[in-house]
Amino acid sequence: MADPIRLRVNGRSVSVAPGTVVAAALALSGQTRFRRSVGGEPRGPLCGMGICMECRVTINGHTHCRSCQTLCEEAMEVQTDE
Amino acid sequence: MNETRLRYEVVVVGAGPAGLAAACAAAENGRRTALVDDSPWLGGQIWRGQQAHPTIPQAARWVERFRRTKASLLDQCTILGPGGARTLLAEHPTGPREIQWERLILATGARELFLPFPGWTLPGNFGPGGLQSLAKHGWPVAGKRIVLAGSGPLLLAVAGGLRKMGASIVSINEQAPLSRLISFGAGLLRWPAKLAQAARLKWTLLGTPFRCGVWPVGAEGSEQVRTVTLTDGRRQWKEECDLLACGFGLVPNLELPLALGCQLENEFVRVDESQASSVAGVFCAGELTGIGGADTALAEGEIAGLAASGREEAARPLMARRTARRQFRAALATTFALRQEVSRLAAAETAVCRCEDVSFEKMKGFAGWREAKLQTRCGMGSCQGRVCGAAAKVLFGWGMESVRPPILPGRVESLCRDGLNGDS
Amino acid sequence: MSQSFDLIIVGAGIVGAACGAECAAAGLKTLVLDRGIVGGGTTAAGMGHIVVMDDSEAQFALTEYSRRLWLQLRDHLSADVEYEACGTLWVAADDQEMAEARRKEKYYAERNARVEILNGGEVLRVEPNLRAGLAGGLRVLDDGVVYPPCAARFLIDKARRHGAEFRAGAAVAALLPEGGVALADGSRIYAGRSVNATGPWSPELMPGLPVRKRKGHLVITERYPGFVHHQIVELGYLKSAHSTSRDSVAFNIQPRQTGQMLIGSSRQFDAEGAEVDHEILSRMLARAIEYLPALGKLSATRVWTGHRAATPDKLPLIGPGIEHERIWLASGHEGLGITTSLGTGRLVADLLLGRKTDIPAEPYAPSRFVNYSVSHG
Repeated sequence: MADPIRLRVNGRSVSVAPGTVVAAALALSGQTRFRRSVGGEPRGPLCGMGICMECRVTINGHTHCRSCQTLCEEAMEVQTDE
Repeated sequence: MNETRLRYEVVVVGAGPAGLAAACAAAENGRRTALVDDSPWLGGQIWRGQQAHPTIPQAARWVERFRRTKASLLDQCTILGPGGARTLLAEHPTGPREIQWERLILATGARELFLPFPGWTLPGNFGPGGLQSLAKHGWPVAGKRIVLAGSGPLLLAVAGGLRKMGASIVSINEQAPLSRLISFGAGLLRWPAKLAQAARLKWTLLGTPFRCGVWPVGAEGSEQVRTVTLTDGRRQWKEECDLLACGFGLVPNLELPLALGCQLENEFVRVDESQASSVAGVFCAGELTGIGGADTALAEGEIAGLAASGREEAARPLMARRTARRQFRAALATTFALRQEVSRLAAAETAVCRCEDVSFEKMKGFAGWREAKLQTRCGMGSCQGRVCGAAAKVLFGWGMESVRPPILPGRVESLCRDGLNGDS
Repeated sequence: MSQSFDLIIVGAGIVGAACGAECAAAGLKTLVLDRGIVGGGTTAAGMGHIVVMDDSEAQFALTEYSRRLWLQLRDHLSADVEYEACGTLWVAADDQEMAEARRKEKYYAERNARVEILNGGEVLRVEPNLRAGLAGGLRVLDDGVVYPPCAARFLIDKARRHGAEFRAGAAVAALLPEGGVALADGSRIYAGRSVNATGPWSPELMPGLPVRKRKGHLVITERYPGFVHHQIVELGYLKSAHSTSRDSVAFNIQPRQTGQMLIGSSRQFDAEGAEVDHEILSRMLARAIEYLPALGKLSATRVWTGHRAATPDKLPLIGPGIEHERIWLASGHEGLGITTSLGTGRLVADLLLGRKTDIPAEPYAPSRFVNYSVSHG
């Protein structure tokens, strides 16, 4: 088994297996809400294939990143909406 | 991949079965070929995860065959749309790309159809295929109670897959009536009449109800789904769950073919026997030309790859493999036809457009998609109407009249070709 | 089948809608027709900038008058019109453009429009995402922004409240010299006057009319609230966009209430199609990134094009038409139709009723092109 990847989700450290997508890392860290909708509702991933845009988070300072299409990388900083 | 301006003889978009087969056929016939995919993986949605954990020998064979070709793989490369004559604008995490082609093969596949019902926007509600994809890439499902609902062969397949990963399947709820699932038509799905009953029996023995003629009317929870309300049309009941997987079948990803001007026929791309579309040099294969599954997609992809390499004659023997397809498609459509009730699940305040939070109430009064869009901004958000546009077709009968670039959101600099460099 | 109206307005873009609202409010029995939907043509393609411009005395008069009418209306607008009093920031890249900012300041101030000059440091303070090294700028305080399709629908609703009738999907084949219109389905509707408010398509009903289609491109971004605060326009705009002949681009960005931004602008003649021109789109975006370097990494969700109705003297055509006294015009507003729709509506109503107009209407009289019509007709 390859070494786990360590990243931070909302400032908290999470370790995941290689091949894990950022969306899954968020779920593993207990995060159910990924973003707030325009009207303030909690939202999380829906389509799992990069088309619905519901799983967008901020990765390494870049907003609007699709967490379901992004593989976890060492030292990644992931931020969800408040 | 430091070059930002790339040029190939054959460019294949989408690395699912159709795209893999097309890229192999083109590359094996000596064409300078590139296979482009939005994700970091080969295999598309249906063969998702096969690279890391091969369980389908056919998938492993095709991935291996592709690896042996000289074709370039442009993964994590999002196509934004046409960028002038025989050129695609694209985006990679490291920067913009411009991809020039002489022949273009589109194999962009299909997505799940989502229909709005109260609570469908709560975290914890996924498309069945979506949940399966995420689970293959680390989403924790072991020990989770999962309700599956909606329609189509995918429900059973996903339920089986999730169960193997340790999930506890609460129930499987197919909106189509049992009578249609065990009808003659279903036999054409290579899903023999008895199989539906056998599947029911199998799941029942496992203690999991597999119901037909049942659909969801609501999902409840404050920050995430906690319960699902189901109905058989006569009574309603609630089931507790940790995750809900609900999808109502598949719709093709037509954005790129439409942006290129490909003509449609019955809501799929019209192609000739060589998989050529109405646009010169552009071929389409797989779900874009009809929901047909992996075998059909492989055959179509190979035909397109051969035709795009000028080897139509070599494609002839493959054409027979496609012939059962129209029957198959019709059988699929008939067996899993949506009941009217599922198009009427949204309450007045239910968001139909999830990107812009536009409610059913706000949308329903308009005469058509464009007017609703301009007046309410439905379909103008980040997903470009991929979710609500497909739903609006079912709910209101509206058709999308056009596709605006970029077909997926892209960085401003990616639409701006200044500063690109490369081999041209 | 034939009904009679005082007035039939052809075209339910924002100009036709404003004419409908004013004329119905003035008591005229009004019918508004559109072959498509409310605000579905040039209105849907436009930015929605409410801006005072000083290309000519007459342009200033109409834009300033119209902005006053918007300010009177703003408290009555529905929320979906998204009126934002963001002001316009004209930015000067160099000393030459700064001199233009100062000229503009004097011109506006003399005519009682609120403006203030900013130096380079002050420009960066109010818009920190602009590049460093700009010479300064001019802030026009009372300019604003609306969402055009809903503004047009608001005006159509207002017309209907005053008794006007509106029909969508009603294509007009001809304007009748005796008053009224012939519809594409062969039927006729009679009226005392008809008003051609079909913008860039006006010449289809009046061949020879000096209105040309001038294509533009716009890009909209995802939500980035606070990235810019004003509608920001480069003063180089005056050198490029106001040229009446060549293809041109200029930096022009607008913050929407949603936090999204609209990025413009481009101008092209002889480009009839709706397709995106990647060459000019690239130039337009490169220009915007030059002014806002961080913009390049932000996400764009959509690009679209539209056509403006351009006239040779950059002033609209408002009032009785050139050939027939019963066929009127409210067209040719180029890139200023959202702003000047309200002034146009008021002028049309006043002229129809023989009332004194608030500003002189002569500069916009279609009759100024009487010879043009003969030589080109």
